[in-house]
Amino acid sequence: MKRLILAVAVLAAVAGRGSGQQIPTTADYLKGIKAVGREGQGNDVAASCWKGLVATGEAALLPTLEAFAGANPTAANWLRSAVDAITEGEEKAGKKLPTEALRTFLTTTTHDPAARRIAYEVLAKADPTAAEKIILSLRDDPSVELRRDAIAKAIATLKDGDKVPESLFTAARDKDQVEEIGKRLNKSEADITNHFGFIPKWHVVGPFDNTKGEGFAKAYPPEQGVDLKATYDGKGGAKVTWKAATAKAKDKEYALVDLNAELTKHKDAVAYGFAVIEVAKETPVELRAGSITSIKMFVNGKEVFDRDEYHHGMKMDQHVGKATLKTGKNELLVKICQNNMTEPWAQSWAFQFRVCDATGGAIPFKLLSPEAK
Amino acid sequence: MRKFLLLFLLTGTASAAEWSQFRGPGGACVSDEKNLPEKWSKTEGHRWKTDLPARGVSGPVVFGDKIYLTASSGVRDDRLHVLAFDLKTGKQLWHRQFAATGGTNCHPMTCMAAPTPVADETGVYALFATGDLAAFDANGTLRWYRSLVGDYPSITNQVGMASSPVLADGKLIVPMDNSGDSFIAALDPKTGTNVWKTPRFKESNWVTPVVRSPDGRTAEILFPGRDGLSAYDAATGKRLWNSKLVNGDIPTPTIREDIVYAPSGGVTTLKFEGGEPKKVWASAKMGSGMTSPLVYDGMVYAAKDGVMNTVDAKTGESLWSERFSKDKASASPIGADGKVYVFSNGGKTTVFKASREMEIVSENDLGEEILGTPAVAAGAIIIRTNKALYCVGAK
Repeated sequence: MKRLILAVAVLAAVAGRGSGQQIPTTADYLKGIKAVGREGQGNDVAASCWKGLVATGEAALLPTLEAFAGANPTAANWLRSAVDAITEGEEKAGKKLPTEALRTFLTTTTHDPAARRIAYEVLAKADPTAAEKIILSLRDDPSVELRRDAIAKAIATLKDGDKVPESLFTAARDKDQVEEIGKRLNKSEADITNHFGFIPKWHVVGPFDNTKGEGFAKAYPPEQGVDLKATYDGKGGAKVTWKAATAKAKDKEYALVDLNAELTKHKDAVAYGFAVIEVAKETPVELRAGSITSIKMFVNGKEVFDRDEYHHGMKMDQHVGKATLKTGKNELLVKICQNNMTEPWAQSWAFQFRVCDATGGAIPFKLLSPEAK
Repeated sequence: MRKFLLLFLLTGTASAAEWSQFRGPGGACVSDEKNLPEKWSKTEGHRWKTDLPARGVSGPVVFGDKIYLTASSGVRDDRLHVLAFDLKTGKQLWHRQFAATGGTNCHPMTCMAAPTPVADETGVYALFATGDLAAFDANGTLRWYRSLVGDYPSITNQVGMASSPVLADGKLIVPMDNSGDSFIAALDPKTGTNVWKTPRFKESNWVTPVVRSPDGRTAEILFPGRDGLSAYDAATGKRLWNSKLVNGDIPTPTIREDIVYAPSGGVTTLKFEGGEPKKVWASAKMGSGMTSPLVYDGMVYAAKDGVMNTVDAKTGESLWSERFSKDKASASPIGADGKVYVFSNGGKTTVFKASREMEIVSENDLGEEILGTPAVAAGAIIIRTNKALYCVGAK
């Protein structure tokens, strides 16, 4: 209802039918765009607002970038394309873009990271020299795209024989850059595993039944609460118990828990992994996992992510759940399902799991013995 | 003329001068254009060439005086691009970008710019493998935008989606077969809101739906999937029938009059007699891999693993086979001007004479990856490589 009232008000303002034939402002346009909802709700109002915003030209550029704050991903894309249209229109009209304001926006790290990246790209076109000067200072930036470019630039500026600064390794987030810098610094596999914040040790249990993929939705006992001493009725009535498992690098992936090796190969099966970590303070985190089969993630008993898909590719960070860790101990539970495909390429049953911040940087945590829960 | 307009509204089939959707008019990959080029190279035979800002495996589409194209970029392939170019000069007219709101994992050969956009007199509708979907007018004004993964979060295909949207019965038809919320939907082209949304079998599929009008008054959407070929009423989304005679996977079927040439079990042809289709003939040797078989001038052409196989369109009788490349092909072969154009992944176009006797007219190498099906318009072939857009034709 609130959204409907807002939409009517904005539409009235945009159409000039409000009290006193008011002229809509940039703020009205932005409000109309940010009100878009699911399944195209508000698209008609947003379309009128987008036109008005773009017609406003340069004066709307910075407010549009600022409006990324608090915008949902759908609204953010309406705003992003408006920035493209505004800057394109100004360029075609031969007008100069507000480079100083863009520079200030870019260097204010409290602004939305995606909006700051767009500001950088607009600045780089309008004033490449200014953009190049700034980029080197952004290697620890909240925007992973800016950070990536800053690190790439820093590497490119190194002369032959120069030692790569350790700070570049610390700052790097993308796997290719971490590996490239790590190689030049002789980092070990363990260094890289720690850098990413992978959980290196787990307890695993299984198999439970997943015939017809029905185990994905079925909450087996570990989802009711983990008891490492418990014996469960597993698939086919077999008794299953928790056992320790160590994550290892395999097939160019870090910290992989190979369930085929840990639990022996099973088809139509469900397994769980369990770990306990301790953090010093309440921390918003991303739980990033890789698994070629269906997966669920739980933090302190609450499901934070699910994906029901089998054998369509394995990649680091392909699954991302969001949660807030509480001060002290936190329980991490991951559910990995296997189906009954018989093709040789459909036999993997494994997972990797890490805990990081929004940029992909490891957060400080202590891995506890799971009995410590 | 009225009959043509009605058919256009029902099936979304543009005039032969346009190449407005995946595989051109009616999704048949056939053009009525004449005097099309036979010889070109990386440096010669182009009307123009324009560098592209990013890679894509979608095809270019043409409507009026504009070419529309999608692309994707970034280390995570999460930057989505929609571009428009002037058909005459190749000049970039506008460029809009989005951030991917759906997952971007995919097979390394494909990317998030895999579905081919569809255009009409109002502009262009661009769908990405991330489920991001946008409509622009011809001047680049955003008419609407949807995040389908935002709307239906369990959508997932980590091989990378590639089915393209089509227009039918005044609606934008969006295919979304995947392992999560699997569906086909019709959207209001003016606002992007759902007109109907019909559930589909939960498994990934890369086929683009085709549209037929069984009676000249109503439109039916044929969409093969892992559970057979289904037909949907374009007005309501109701599934009219499902045939287990053929399945859908990657290639797209072709409709010619009352026959469906389905790329299933090689090529299987189905004839409409009353309600559900009946099998006419099948040829197991006509497998086409990533490409869709071409029905042109009384023959069927299937390009797989660098070899072109042909059969008679009426009987399925084998005619000729010829290797055209050491590379595989992903772009679908095109029939036009009495010739058949087939494009290897490595960038070579082999031009066959459309004939029951095998004859190679020419071989033309651009030396750049061609994965998206080119467009044919204005007496030229518009080829999208991983680096540039080429308008191949006489100046």
